Amino acid sequence: MCLAVPGKILETKEENGSRLGRVQFGGITRLVHLDFVPEAGVGDYVIVHVGFALSKVNAEEAQRTYEMLEEMGMLDESQDSGFRSQDSG
Amino acid sequence: MKYLDEYRDARLARALLAELAKRVTRPWVLMEICGGQTHTLMRYGIDELLPSQIELVHGPGCPVCVTALETIDKAIHIASLPDVTLVSYGDMLRVPGSHSDLFRVKAAGGDLRIAYSPMEALKVARANPQRRVVFLGIGFETTAPPNAMVVWQAAREGLGNFSMLASHFLVPPAIRLLLKSPTNRVQGFIAPGHVCTIMGYRQYDELCREYHVPIVVGGFEPVDLLEAISMLVAQLEEGRAEAENQYVRSVGYEGNRPAQELMERVFEVGDRKWRGIGMIPQSGLRLREEFAPYDAEKVFGVEDATAEEPAECLSAQVLQGLKKPVDCPAFAVRCTPETPLGAPMVSAEGACAAYYQYRRPRELSAISSQLPAKTPSAP
Repeated sequence: MCLAVPGKILETKEENGSRLGRVQFGGITRLVHLDFVPEAGVGDYVIVHVGFALSKVNAEEAQRTYEMLEEMGMLDESQDSGFRSQDSG
Repeated sequence: MKYLDEYRDARLARALLAELAKRVTRPWVLMEICGGQTHTLMRYGIDELLPSQIELVHGPGCPVCVTALETIDKAIHIASLPDVTLVSYGDMLRVPGSHSDLFRVKAAGGDLRIAYSPMEALKVARANPQRRVVFLGIGFETTAPPNAMVVWQAAREGLGNFSMLASHFLVPPAIRLLLKSPTNRVQGFIAPGHVCTIMGYRQYDELCREYHVPIVVGGFEPVDLLEAISMLVAQLEEGRAEAENQYVRSVGYEGNRPAQELMERVFEVGDRKWRGIGMIPQSGLRLREEFAPYDAEKVFGVEDATAEEPAECLSAQVLQGLKKPVDCPAFAVRCTPETPLGAPMVSAEGACAAYYQYRRPRELSAISSQLPAKTPSAP
């Protein structure tokens, strides 16, 4: 029930008083309700659940934390030769 | 796929696991709330890769699992009526009711349709004015705004043949119940990322303060969950107890205001019975009085149904993290996805289903394939 997937808005339109978007997920596109994300537009990524966009993906935050993780990944690789589990304490 | 693949990167997962191994000095018991998170943890074997001091227990964040037995029976009753078309999310079909399930109603000729989106139920209602169309609207806060939109739209159009059977649950009261219990062992929570996409995480500040327990909002991919676990362990090791957010690409402190506003206009908070767990005060959403013509409970007069749960199913204890699915004597033997004793074995987010898919011992599956199929008692 909490399954929600990120997709990219390709175009938007108004229909029946609702704002809809054609959203691309990998190889497929779906029509998605954009009423809960008035701030999202063409080119933005949204998280979609049961045919409704619930949030606009915060690209800056995603980038920032991803860079932190990448750094951690590179540091770890340079410190040892692979995965190990360590007994501590 | 962007914003998905990066969070399945094995290299990042390994780095996070290595970090964790360095940081942890004592045993900690953590709980992930959402069934979708449980499935990811099981599927990628994260529970087995974590340092041995960290124990994961699974929470009640599976709306199919916690939907009251009475609600299933009501849905079965309504779906069996000759002029009714019931529209539902897929995994509700095999959830056992007291005597039957929706799949059997369909097999016997009932008009049951699976929908990906609740808006499809409106389409069915518009296209079939001679039929009464009922949408089985279950979920947590994630699904409440879409379900609210459906009722809102039906009311705007005056779609007289449409109604919704609502079974909505709220997360914070369930966490509170777990924390209040004298048998609680959970020291930190991974909060559900999509529930918090809607609600934000402001509601957790109070819980963190009152019970001195850290809560971190987590996403659903392996790297998300490992990062959330890392953040929890950091807090625990440092003696902090704050609400923090790992799932920053989707969740903000205040959540989604337009979605919350629609929820408030269509639903009101009320007491709700959670299957297995029992009644939790102020833990559910019901349709407001002005939407009574679209409330299937009222339209079909099923408000006062009651039901008895079979004794063998341990779902109550599994949903509260007190037992693991493999602790259940019936697991994978008498209780399988085809012949479930309870909801967690059939739901896409159920803990028992996750263990059955990813963690079933070979010997048990050999035994279960030789047993005759269990048939529930006839109505």
